[in-house]
Amino acid sequence: MTITTTHYLVLAAIIFCIGLAGVSIRKNALVMFMSVELMLNAASLTFVAYSKALDDVAGQVSVFFILVVAAGEVAVGLALMVAIFKRKHKTSPDEISNMAEAHRDKSVEGKSAGVANVS
Amino acid sequence: MVAVIFYLAALTMIVGAVGVITARNPVHSAMFLVMTLMSVAVNYVLLGADLAAAVQVIVYASAVVILFLFVIMLLGVDQRDELEDKLNHQRLVATTVSVLMAATLLLVGGTKWAQGARSVTGSLEKDNLTNVEVVASTLFTKYVFVFELTSILLVGAVIGAVVLAKRATTTMDLIDEDANDKVIDANEVGK
Repeated sequence: MTITTTHYLVLAAIIFCIGLAGVSIRKNALVMFMSVELMLNAASLTFVAYSKALDDVAGQVSVFFILVVAAGEVAVGLALMVAIFKRKHKTSPDEISNMAEAHRDKSVEGKSAGVANVS
Repeated sequence: MVAVIFYLAALTMIVGAVGVITARNPVHSAMFLVMTLMSVAVNYVLLGADLAAAVQVIVYASAVVILFLFVIMLLGVDQRDELEDKLNHQRLVATTVSVLMAATLLLVGGTKWAQGARSVTGSLEKDNLTNVEVVASTLFTKYVFVFELTSILLVGAVIGAVVLAKRATTTMDLIDEDANDKVIDANEVGK
């Protein structure tokens, strides 16, 4: 039994949709990030499968670029989460859905606390 | 033989992916993510993409997952039940949309019209060069400008991460007296 490109495409489609379900169902921001990684990996697998099927090197070059973008995304995203957690002590996307208001509250508190410290 | 390896890798991949989205503990999710990423690397080897497989193991399955684990440890493991739906029937709608998406993609993947032209940017087989050499020679000739752009992207990401982390700590020192109160409370409870 031979493994064709279709096998890889179907596998990648299944993984992509599991990742999609994870992003939309879970409410833990970290797990949502991991689900995004799943989706990116499914796309990469499709690229490599087509690279083999069409004997074209561009597919594997694309995987390299996807990887760079994913690494940058994880670095910035996790730094954002740590920053938000340090301010508000919560990470659930439901609780931090209103970022503008939260920032306003915190900055007002910050000014009063700073004044208190100085005096 | 190839078929056996493919089906084994596909099985671990799907089990790992389902584990990522169903595990209650984020640490378990990260471990399942490693399982999936490693299986993807196995599939890359099967497809002859040696460089992609190596980079997948080194960057994804190690560096990215370790970053995830660091942040999980930093923020603490949050195992609260996620049962309350703030949006109406969010879980049901999300599952339905995912299943519909899967059905569509499987239909598309199964038909013949997912095709393309052969070897537009260059063949993978070039006079006895290895896969790494072929990919590198394309990356550093035809795509060298894009490659330079990725370096700008990475520098931007690093600076962004540093600035975000730094600003959070300095403002926290100024404004956050709640945290100190909480620590004191915890100590008193401990006594």
